[in-house]
Amino acid sequence: MNKVVANAKAAIEGIESGMTLMLGGFGLCGIPENCISALVEKEVNNLICISNNAGVDDFGLGLLLQKRQIKKMISSYVGENDEFERQMLSGELEVDLIPQGSLAARCYAAGAGIPAFFTPAGYGTEVGEGKEVRYFNGKPHLLEAALNADFAIVKAWKGDRFGNLVFKGTARNFNPAMAMAGTITIAEVEELVEPGELDPNFIHTPGIFVQRIFQGKDYEKRIEQKTVRSQS
Amino acid sequence: MLDKKGIAKRIAQEINDGWYVNLGIGIPTLIANYVPDDMNVVFQSENGILGMGPFPFEGEEDADLINAGKQTITAMPGASIFDSATSFAMIRGQHIQLTVLGAMEVAENGDIANWKIPGRMVKGMGGAMDLVASADNIIVAMMHTNKRGQSKLLKRCSLPLTGVKCVKKIVTNMAVLDITDEGFKLIERAPGVSVEEIQNATEGKLIVEGDIPEMKIPD
Repeated sequence: MNKVVANAKAAIEGIESGMTLMLGGFGLCGIPENCISALVEKEVNNLICISNNAGVDDFGLGLLLQKRQIKKMISSYVGENDEFERQMLSGELEVDLIPQGSLAARCYAAGAGIPAFFTPAGYGTEVGEGKEVRYFNGKPHLLEAALNADFAIVKAWKGDRFGNLVFKGTARNFNPAMAMAGTITIAEVEELVEPGELDPNFIHTPGIFVQRIFQGKDYEKRIEQKTVRSQS
Repeated sequence: MLDKKGIAKRIAQEINDGWYVNLGIGIPTLIANYVPDDMNVVFQSENGILGMGPFPFEGEEDADLINAGKQTITAMPGASIFDSATSFAMIRGQHIQLTVLGAMEVAENGDIANWKIPGRMVKGMGGAMDLVASADNIIVAMMHTNKRGQSKLLKRCSLPLTGVKCVKKIVTNMAVLDITDEGFKLIERAPGVSVEEIQNATEGKLIVEGDIPEMKIPD
């Protein structure tokens, strides 16, 4: 079994305009930098992107927004991006804002074969408008549907030829749930190793969820809010 | 009248040894600074860490270790890291003992609005709706009035809601209040603030029973 592809360009083979993509990451932490650059170069457009955030103006998904390649964003928080704001206010970009926990659960549900589930998040708010409500233990819940994607694109720290993945720090975030939800899941990794080199006890995403994997390069790993304390 | 640090110090007194606590952005973040050293309190950040520590020293920041405010952080000994679905399982499954968050408005029935102002750029609710819908114990940390001097403790929220009937307690620069079936029950006054001043700054129904003690805020 060999899921390895040469590079980002080969990994995104088959992604076409109008498709639905899931992209892992929280803010700029744990985003698939190489594949985003390859999507910019490929000039696919009218994409529906499911990602917790939308990057900043000149990094992350902001790069796809700059080139007007995204038709719709499905996210929980999008505040850090002027170009995003401009496109949203002018109506060029559709935006579906959903609670962060529901977003994660909807990705997980898609991967786990659960077509929909009930959650209390958003009941009584505009998120709940038009959704089925059911009471469990006296408490109202909303019916939320699984979120599927043509491609899920995730970023891991280490991975092997079988697609087993290990993440580092809080760069894990949405990556494991999204990896489960893609019809085709692409993993870009900082370090590609041979099967057996990763301890099976410490695999975060089993390779069964990953169809393509490649060794990424030139990771910038930009820090969005550098906060430090004094040495005293 | 308290400043933001004072609000954080007062809320820190509500935390018990052994609790898992989720702190929102803004005033709530400050609370971690005022938990006594002899208490074991584990801070969760919903992007996927239990055991969030202080900011790193200059030069030691790690792009792969941030909090929900996207700030660089450290991990405490005994910390654990997990994915977003697991993180919200902790929240939705009520495994977190205390959630503290800021608000634009709170209503006398416990409704909270803190994510959207119509006509202005909408940034999104992030994890706030999941947190308020599920948490058993929610404290709101906020100023009693907005920048125009208007009360933020209302009969009904005017802004789009984040959650319904969920807030249990509010700590402001003027008072500590519990949400009861009858309205905002005044529990404590900030140093130097009178009941009358609190009454004047509270649009929703304020319940005052007996003498209201002054908060004790350590220096």
